[in-house]
Amino acid sequence: MAKNLAQNAGKDAIRELGWWRAHRFLLLRRFCQLLIVILFMAGPTLGVLKGNLSSSNLFDVVPMSDPLIVMQTLAAGHLPEATVLIGVIVVVAFYAVLSPRAFCGWVCPLNVVTDFAAFLRRKLKLKTSFRWSANIRYWLIPVLLLGSALSGSVLWAWIDPVAALHRGLVFGFGAGWVLIAFVFLLDLLLVEHGWCGHLCPLGATYGVIGRKSLLRVVAVEREKCTKCMDCYYVCPEPEVLRQPLKEGDRRVMDQNCISCGRCIDVCAEKVFEFKNRISVKQID
Amino acid sequence: MSGSKTKTSQSRRRFLRDAARTAAGVGAAATVLGLQSMQSQARDGAGVPIRPPGALPKGEFEKACVRCGLCVQACPYDTLKLATLLSSVESGTPYFTARDIPCEMCEDIPCVPACPSGALDPNLTNIDDARMGTAVLIDHESCLNWQGLRCDVCYRVCPLIDEAITLEHVRNERTGYHAKLIPTVHSDKCTGCGKCEEACVTEVAAIKIIPTELAKGKMGAHYQLGWEEINKTLENSAPEVPTEALETLGGKL
Repeated sequence: MAKNLAQNAGKDAIRELGWWRAHRFLLLRRFCQLLIVILFMAGPTLGVLKGNLSSSNLFDVVPMSDPLIVMQTLAAGHLPEATVLIGVIVVVAFYAVLSPRAFCGWVCPLNVVTDFAAFLRRKLKLKTSFRWSANIRYWLIPVLLLGSALSGSVLWAWIDPVAALHRGLVFGFGAGWVLIAFVFLLDLLLVEHGWCGHLCPLGATYGVIGRKSLLRVVAVEREKCTKCMDCYYVCPEPEVLRQPLKEGDRRVMDQNCISCGRCIDVCAEKVFEFKNRISVKQID
Repeated sequence: MSGSKTKTSQSRRRFLRDAARTAAGVGAAATVLGLQSMQSQARDGAGVPIRPPGALPKGEFEKACVRCGLCVQACPYDTLKLATLLSSVESGTPYFTARDIPCEMCEDIPCVPACPSGALDPNLTNIDDARMGTAVLIDHESCLNWQGLRCDVCYRVCPLIDEAITLEHVRNERTGYHAKLIPTVHSDKCTGCGKCEEACVTEVAAIKIIPTELAKGKMGAHYQLGWEEINKTLENSAPEVPTEALETLGGKL
């Protein structure tokens, strides 16, 4: 089969597998993201999740804290109380074991915005515009830590659109919507996957945390690949799919994969599957 | 002819695309600078934003607060708000505006144990020890008591009545035979809860909570108030006097 058009990405899969099957991970992710936001918005009324993504507690028992924020607090020169430190350990341990950048694909509310921008880009046939290095985000981490140390503040908290969106939903937006609009326009008009794929230092942090995580997308049936390119079109980090589809290791081992499973959804040939990376080590 | 036309339309398209991108880039830069400038001018309505009880001093608090809003959710009176992008305090940090909803000074201080980072000092267990700010009768020209009237509302609503706010009698020179009862804040007792500012009956509050470091002057150690010095024991020569001897002399130690 020849290469498909970007705006038609996923149509083969819908025809072959049916709409539900061709959207299963997308629907699961949206459900997961929505559920988490609703639980946060219900806050103390329900008593399941309190706080926000910066720091929260589950059932008033399990603390969870944003590792990037806590690193900035430490860099600024404040040693936080044990609750926050335990919270970081909980979060880091969870994502280090689970799957690379599962936070980005399954929790982060801004993912819905950037996914929508990418969707519009495909449908409106907006071609790649500026190209930025995908490593800016990794450089941004030490820059923010240094900036926090110099300014004596949690620097990223002022302008972070992820926090602005989540905090906005739970506590009220104020002018924070400007940042969200910013990210949307950046992704739509300037750089493809501009925010999540190039700039977001939180995503980069979770990338580092999830380097060795277990659950990976694996191109188990890559011999069936027809090079229709649908998975590349929908993947927010298309570079990660290159190697596993060629030869050698079939596992997506790149830490930039956000574990969204959209490639599994849109593949009519069922090339991909989520697998434990240790159990498939022997393939090929 | 058609070839050159395509070329023209292509170059026009490229021009439009580049122009749109430049506009987006310049717009982005302008927005960031504008936001920065707007935030520096931001004022949250009337009054100064006040931090929750137990908040570390300015400078330390901004480092320690992880912007989670757990204190805001723990506050039973909706006093605390979480700052947004254009608030006059760092976005994501908690504050309250005394004129809108003051701190009710809960005995169990639920906001403090809710804080996971220590930005609200967990050692604060008695709300009377909180120092959120200091009340200042900042405009006595519009204070009713200063006109010689009996309003007293700030004094009456003060949770530490007769300690944090007292009424001091001053001669009313206008009438010549009345007293003015001047609401007087004692900063060693005032918690900065803001009940007085909320309750102040004038159109704009005459008494306001402001950050203690702004509110307080300092006399300087070299000022010695004779009427207080006389009651202090001398550092070097505390006399070894038996208490019985003091009793017979009618003195006190």
